[in-house]
Amino acid sequence: MKALKSTSLLAAALALAVSAQAENITVKGSDTLVVLAQKWAEAYMGKHADTKIQVTGGGSGTGFAALQNKTTDLANASRKIKPAEITTCIKAFGKRPTEYKVCLDGLSVFVSADNAVKELTVAQIADIFNGKTKNWKEVGGADAPITVYSRENSSGTYEFFKENVLQGKDFASSAQTMPGTAAVLQAVAKDKNGIGYGGAAYGAGAKHLAVKKDDASPAIEPTEDNVIKGLYPIWRYLYVYVNPALDKGEVAKYLTWIRSDEGQKIVKDVGYFPLPKNLRE
Amino acid sequence: MTNVPHNAKRTVGWMGIHRGHKARPVEWLAEKFIYLISLTAILMVFLIFVFVAREAMPLVMGKMNSAAARPVIAAKEMDKLKPDELRDYLGLTAKEFQQLDKEALTALMEVREEEAKEAPKDKDATVNTTEWKYLLGAHHWSDSRPEDRYVWQPIGRIHKYNLWPLIIGSLKTTIVALLFSVPLALAAAIYVSQLSSPSLKEWLKPAIELLSGVPSVVLGFFGLIVMATFLQGTFGYQSRLNAFVAGIALGLAVIPVVFSIAEDALTSVPRSYTQAALALGASKWQAAWQIVLPAAAPGVFAAVVLGFGRAIGETMVVLMASGNASIMSLSLFDSTRSITATIAAELAEAVFGGHHYRMLFLIGAMLFIVTFLTNLAGDLIMHRLKGRLEGRAK
Repeated sequence: MKALKSTSLLAAALALAVSAQAENITVKGSDTLVVLAQKWAEAYMGKHADTKIQVTGGGSGTGFAALQNKTTDLANASRKIKPAEITTCIKAFGKRPTEYKVCLDGLSVFVSADNAVKELTVAQIADIFNGKTKNWKEVGGADAPITVYSRENSSGTYEFFKENVLQGKDFASSAQTMPGTAAVLQAVAKDKNGIGYGGAAYGAGAKHLAVKKDDASPAIEPTEDNVIKGLYPIWRYLYVYVNPALDKGEVAKYLTWIRSDEGQKIVKDVGYFPLPKNLRE
Repeated sequence: MTNVPHNAKRTVGWMGIHRGHKARPVEWLAEKFIYLISLTAILMVFLIFVFVAREAMPLVMGKMNSAAARPVIAAKEMDKLKPDELRDYLGLTAKEFQQLDKEALTALMEVREEEAKEAPKDKDATVNTTEWKYLLGAHHWSDSRPEDRYVWQPIGRIHKYNLWPLIIGSLKTTIVALLFSVPLALAAAIYVSQLSSPSLKEWLKPAIELLSGVPSVVLGFFGLIVMATFLQGTFGYQSRLNAFVAGIALGLAVIPVVFSIAEDALTSVPRSYTQAALALGASKWQAAWQIVLPAAAPGVFAAVVLGFGRAIGETMVVLMASGNASIMSLSLFDSTRSITATIAAELAEAVFGGHHYRMLFLIGAMLFIVTFLTNLAGDLIMHRLKGRLEGRAK
């Protein structure tokens, strides 16, 4: 009898536990966003004890694949979804995924602290990364060959830079590819003829160049103010994608919270820039 | 004791069960279990190959189209199409087509339209870059520099998949690794097996083989941080990470493989060879160099072949220390991108089932075939050598 009682108690406790942790949100995708997503999840779970949020990285493409297979609720992405990925999503659940812009990221161009060059135009940057400009003296520096550091082509940053700065042209084939922004920065810091690019939040050890939109416009530093106001020319959105069928209840609440003032405050701590007010809805 | 039956040793079974050979149930089970495991291993290798080949197959058969700009039909014209035409246009299988409702099909049509709107207008945008002539032949692409005719740039407006930069990259690091490691490993093997005193051998052999226990990511890290700086300081070339640095770091991973097999081959040459040579007045060195080494030549060759297989299949060291730039250049001091590092770096972001994904599986399959054949050749040569030496020794 006693045993029966304790078993039923146990069963009741189990049932309670199951119902208590009813809301589980999984988030997967971009490595660029993984730290921010984890901070968001921690802060949100601190306030909503009954919601569990699991965040994993793996890359934007991995996130989209998981979205198609319905193994994740939210897919983080540092680039826009591609037509081929929308197509597979439609095949999998009949609708195109909903896109949410979640924050801004400014991209800096770094050179070594010893480099005399302080500012470049977007066109000059494109020529350097494209391999047309090969020597620093062509852009006002010392007479030395330029070593170009780039990211792996799996990186969203790589694609963004290629599409928006190089206007779709190829990177110079001699560009060395580094596994992360920190690695690019480290290489540039060690190489006095090096040049690289990456998130504006990084930066110790190398010099951020001021960038001119064209010859006539002023050189702009990649500071928070300049990025949010849209003055600095190289910036992008970061995204979260969701299957519209799942965009309700706790998931929808979480997405709204991310884009609220509270969520956007965390963005700054991680080194990205908050969305302008008009985009927060 | 004279009355003991002729099969006496069999009857003393496990735990004293006197029922002969088969009365050892645990041993019998263990034997079958191990047999099963070995079968599973073979099956796994086979299944892995089937999987890799299946993923790459559509590309080999020429069924993928990577053209950036494809012909497009406006979404509102959808009703004018016959179901079959529509299915064909959207590239759906019959089953997929049945499951999708009207709304989903319209969405698919719209995606195609958007894709076409954003597609580049270059003259190469309509080219299917996964055709073999673009994979292996030179082509001047409208969006890359005129001097680059062999280009691996899978991401961008036009997906360029020329294989030569990767093949040459892999071969460059492998050759440097072999040039560096084979002489060292062979010298060590000859010394350890022929010249050293037995007590020294007991120390040397495990010490060298311990090198194979160093995780390759640690070797890569060592190459990236320590060796790259040291070698650049010594030789003064421009790019810090290049085929040379990666090759030397890779060589450290290859040394124990070559050493261990070459040493086995040299040791398996019967002592009587050396003894005969010494008796005829040869020095120890002459006996080792002129008698034992030629006798073990096939085994030494097999060691080199297996070392090649290890070097070309190694990923982590190359990924970290080679600079990963897909340059078409024969210079050892340029950065380089190997097949293995390319797969490791790009697969995570490739669109699942897309042409980039399949292309990575294709180069993976190529690599698999190359390493499989070299390992097979190495094993066969070793086997023949053993047979030959044992046959003669009798």
